[in-house]
Amino acid sequence: MSMSDDNPYDFLADEHSDDHRWAYGTGFTDPLAGVDTSVPDGVDAYGLASYCVSLGDDALIYSHRLQEWVTRLPELEEETAVANIALDLLGQARMLLGRAGAVLGRSEDQLAFFRSESQFHNVRLVERHDDDFAELVGRLLVFATWRLALFERLTSFSDPVLAAIATKGVAELTYHRDYAAQWVVRLGDGTELSHQRMQAALDAVWAFVDELFRAHPGELVTIARGEVDVVLDTVLATAGLDRPDVPPLALIGGRAGRDGVHTEALGYVLAEMQSVARAHPDATW
Amino acid sequence: MVTRTGTAWDVAAATPDPELPMVTVGDLGILRSLDEQDGRLVVTITPTYSGCPAMREIAGDVEYRLRAAGFAEVEIRTQLAPAWTSDWITADGRRKLLLAGIAPPAPAPRRAGPVPLTLGRAPAATCPRCGSVRTSRRAAFSATACKALHTCDACLEPFESVKAI
Repeated sequence: MSMSDDNPYDFLADEHSDDHRWAYGTGFTDPLAGVDTSVPDGVDAYGLASYCVSLGDDALIYSHRLQEWVTRLPELEEETAVANIALDLLGQARMLLGRAGAVLGRSEDQLAFFRSESQFHNVRLVERHDDDFAELVGRLLVFATWRLALFERLTSFSDPVLAAIATKGVAELTYHRDYAAQWVVRLGDGTELSHQRMQAALDAVWAFVDELFRAHPGELVTIARGEVDVVLDTVLATAGLDRPDVPPLALIGGRAGRDGVHTEALGYVLAEMQSVARAHPDATW
Repeated sequence: MVTRTGTAWDVAAATPDPELPMVTVGDLGILRSLDEQDGRLVVTITPTYSGCPAMREIAGDVEYRLRAAGFAEVEIRTQLAPAWTSDWITADGRRKLLLAGIAPPAPAPRRAGPVPLTLGRAPAATCPRCGSVRTSRRAAFSATACKALHTCDACLEPFESVKAI
């Protein structure tokens, strides 16, 4: 056996030297390295950073919940789909937290791993654990439809970095929404059992929808609920499903996810996601 | 005339993509610009997808190759706008993908107004093996972020395509 057969990294690389190998996971660099992150005149830097944290937290927490599905999905095609969607959202989270961190003087890792529950500003929709595949695609439909509408609006935002992150995100979210919509239709318009379970999944998710459209002083752009509803209604009508009529999840003292008030589920996500970074705060790959 | 930056461009552009090693970063349109500033090479690359794990490896590899070619001072910058589109894959890149059994992307969608929802069948890709257009998309996602999975109804072989974005 030759040396190159012994070392899979050497075998994969077409030039062999110690400091030049193709292997992922060897380290992370700032996803915005070399990007001009100065804040334009007329844009409130702290407001921009806070908003980027909110949008980054939505993607980070939801990506984590989607990652929990990997190796547990029914088919290989769904494995690759959900893993890719989670990866896209993690990439969006990294850039958004990186954008915020450039203003706040904190790294993406400090923001992701060293904040506690009340310092996260994600909407409560992204916190829960999916009970079944119908809940996965039901929540993804709501999340991707809402986020796509928001990101379309952000493509013309006055901060060019956030606008560029949104423009990239639009192409990705379009795929996420189509994936979810096609599964909601397939299950809703499938067998009696799949229809029942898809309807039950939507009923479970819908209590979190109102919060997405709740006016919040930190929002830098707003979208009309009608823009999102028209897409959701099209999918539900095609699937033969009813739009759930459930009361929205209550606010706590008038506050919700964007204010740092969360459901119990977020604590479990953070405990798992942050434990290694907190146990070894100075560790590097 | 062979210029210093021209040589550097050729060296950088020849870096293979880690996930699609049959094509280079030049073929993919990831390499956006290369300038010499005060004796230092400033190389600008753009990510394909937000979470693409290959970006860091590409940046490291481009820098390594330029240093190996004698350029001592190299800085790699990321450029987010304009966003990468599969339309930037060169004719040569498309030919190499096809030869490797990966269908090159169709023209990227150009839209005005809201992104339309797609509930029906995806447009058929051309089979890179037999050339048939009788193909079905099996999944909008595949082994990497940039590809989708299809099967050919004529030759019955599975194949991947690069997504049009």
